[in-house]
Amino acid sequence: MSAWRSAGLLTGAAITALMVAVALVALVWTPYPPTAIDIPHKLAGLSAAHPLGTDPLGRDVLSMLMAGAHASLSVALIAVVVGAGLGVPLGALAAARGGWMDDALMRAADLAFAFPALLTAVMITALAGPGAANAMLAIGIFNIPVFARVTRGSARGLWQRDFVLAARTSGRGDIAITVLHILPNIAAVLLVQATIQFALAIVAEAGLSYVGLGTQPPQPSWGRMLNDAQTYIFRAPLLAVFPGAAITLSVLGLNLLGDGLQDLLDPRVRRQR
Amino acid sequence: MTKLLAVALAGTLLIGAGVANAKDTITVGMVLEPPGLDPTAGAASAIREVTYANIYEGLTRIDAKGEVQAGLAESWKISPDGLTYTFKLIHGVKFHDGTPFDCSIVQFSYGRAVAADSTNAQKQLFEPIASTDCPDASTAVIKLKRPTALFLFDMGWGDAVMLSPKSVATNKTNPVGTGPFKFKQWIPGDRVELERNPEYWGAQPKLAAVTFKFVADPSSATAAVLAGDIDAFPLFPAPEAIDQFKANANFAVHTGTTEGKTILALNNTRKPFDDVRVRQALAYAIDRKALIEGAQSGYGAPIGSHYTPGDPGYIDLTGVYPYNPAKAKELLAAAGIKPGFTITLQLPPPTYARRGGEVIAAMLEQVGITAKLVPIEWGQWLDQVFTRTDFDATIISHTEARDLDIYARDKYYFNYSSAEYKALYKKFVEATDPVTQTALVAALQTKLSQDEPNVFLFALAKVGVANAKLKGLWDNDPVPANDMTGVSWAE
Repeated sequence: MSAWRSAGLLTGAAITALMVAVALVALVWTPYPPTAIDIPHKLAGLSAAHPLGTDPLGRDVLSMLMAGAHASLSVALIAVVVGAGLGVPLGALAAARGGWMDDALMRAADLAFAFPALLTAVMITALAGPGAANAMLAIGIFNIPVFARVTRGSARGLWQRDFVLAARTSGRGDIAITVLHILPNIAAVLLVQATIQFALAIVAEAGLSYVGLGTQPPQPSWGRMLNDAQTYIFRAPLLAVFPGAAITLSVLGLNLLGDGLQDLLDPRVRRQR
Repeated sequence: MTKLLAVALAGTLLIGAGVANAKDTITVGMVLEPPGLDPTAGAASAIREVTYANIYEGLTRIDAKGEVQAGLAESWKISPDGLTYTFKLIHGVKFHDGTPFDCSIVQFSYGRAVAADSTNAQKQLFEPIASTDCPDASTAVIKLKRPTALFLFDMGWGDAVMLSPKSVATNKTNPVGTGPFKFKQWIPGDRVELERNPEYWGAQPKLAAVTFKFVADPSSATAAVLAGDIDAFPLFPAPEAIDQFKANANFAVHTGTTEGKTILALNNTRKPFDDVRVRQALAYAIDRKALIEGAQSGYGAPIGSHYTPGDPGYIDLTGVYPYNPAKAKELLAAAGIKPGFTITLQLPPPTYARRGGEVIAAMLEQVGITAKLVPIEWGQWLDQVFTRTDFDATIISHTEARDLDIYARDKYYFNYSSAEYKALYKKFVEATDPVTQTALVAALQTKLSQDEPNVFLFALAKVGVANAKLKGLWDNDPVPANDMTGVSWAE
């Protein structure tokens, strides 16, 4: 593995760790309460009291960004857990059984892929009502076929391998083989996929909140901060820069981490180098 | 051949130039889309913002200053006892569907408005009418049950327009009136198009076509005006972007007053809002100046009752409940409300509600009340809050002029009921002498302030932006209207 690659991995891990740390800290402490308005000090510039200034209602932008990190990451985390929790078993089932079961599950996944993910998430939240919980569910549902596909694709090859045949001849059932032999062997691929989906879920949550379907006011969210900043773009352009940078940075961090992990964990890629 | 081509080209250029100079259409931006286009079948201001004076006309009309002018009645006489109004109708007026306008139309329109099955949202305006008689086709004699101070003003409302009997069933989707513009088409979710009525009885409007385009989102509205997709946005939803338009010579900013009384409406029959101490506590808990600054970028004037500073007989009651969180907490504690009490606040799309809701929620948090914000669409607001009165609290602007009567109604969405207020209101409408009227208007405002059925917040300012070349737009908004009859483009 090249030094550049490992630098990427380290940077990605550092950025991601920072985001997670900020999100956790925001649970117990922010410089100001993120929803506390202070209208006499609205649209204040950068200062010692407000390092990133204040928004049109005088709320502290740094506090809002921190609380927004918590909102974004928790929505993304649940969405990935929902997607992997249902997608991985389905994919593993398709790989283990093959035949019509495989066909049916994979065609169903194809069908789900045929819908633009974000648009359908918009539809789900529009039907079920806007809110962070529904956003998690909507994004999570679209992670299911992704995880099912990846699991099935990686697992199928393994089913032909000698150690699986050995396990089978020694009388192990499909479920036991999947849990004991298949999943440990594809864990690296799934981990990489999870970081990619995590990054996509952050963008999706920001998008839904931007159009008013995700995290609801007064809870801060990066997407809504971007939307609120829009009409102030000529008066206070930094209001749009900060949440935009937060989204970009966290997605960049997760992607670097995912790339790095792939190189580190996937033996085939490592051999090619 | 070359010569011919050159001539043809020159011709095309000339025609092109001619078209560019004489712009005679306008696109007007509005935040809310009307639920229908029949002004006698709904309370939404958006209906009248499209139809008033453009499609439909009444016997009188309200002008840009809020004064009564002649409409389809060219003149009128009032009997000394104030009970008989004799209107002289304009001759030769025809509806867009060809129906001639005469006294029978007046009889029909007012008769329909007072009928038991009337869908008119302002039925009370017509309630004093005892009879409408037609001595001849161009004279209408209206007898009242009692003197009614605001009768001529009331008959100028967008709800009191003349209707063709043939079109009443279809006005919602295909409005037919006597006005200078005819309905062309409505693309739901996007726009309503009107075109000039060549058979209009009065002076022809300068505009050949008017399009009302519905854009609720403040940033989209800003972009659409900047890009020239919208020529005028009379009630502009992004006051924070106004400075940007002021600095640009291509745009004119129109600021004025409206009749919009923005209130935190409370469901007076639902606990704990049935307790006057709770309502007063909410009034103490809200810093109106900060609210106007935060939600409206400073455009708007605080109010202390359901009356705006421009209204005749206004008294300043803004000092009754000054911003005082300590006092609010005291009153809440006295009413048995524990810190952490949660209320639901329904927020319709306009900026004053959506942004105002965030500000008010933060202010209520200071006195220990958690407001759960629920953004809802306009149709949902009309159904759930206004019609079914299924709500705790909402933020809404009442744009009807001088509508103190809504607190005297038996059933209105905030469910305020006070025999004392009703008696006062009855005295007010029956008073004929201006001094008594003024005294009673003051008494009504004071009574509302004492009971604080809703928390009175601020009078909505009219902040509009328009292309600098447009002339004849209204500066103020005395009634919900976008009267396009006098609007034209500068050469």
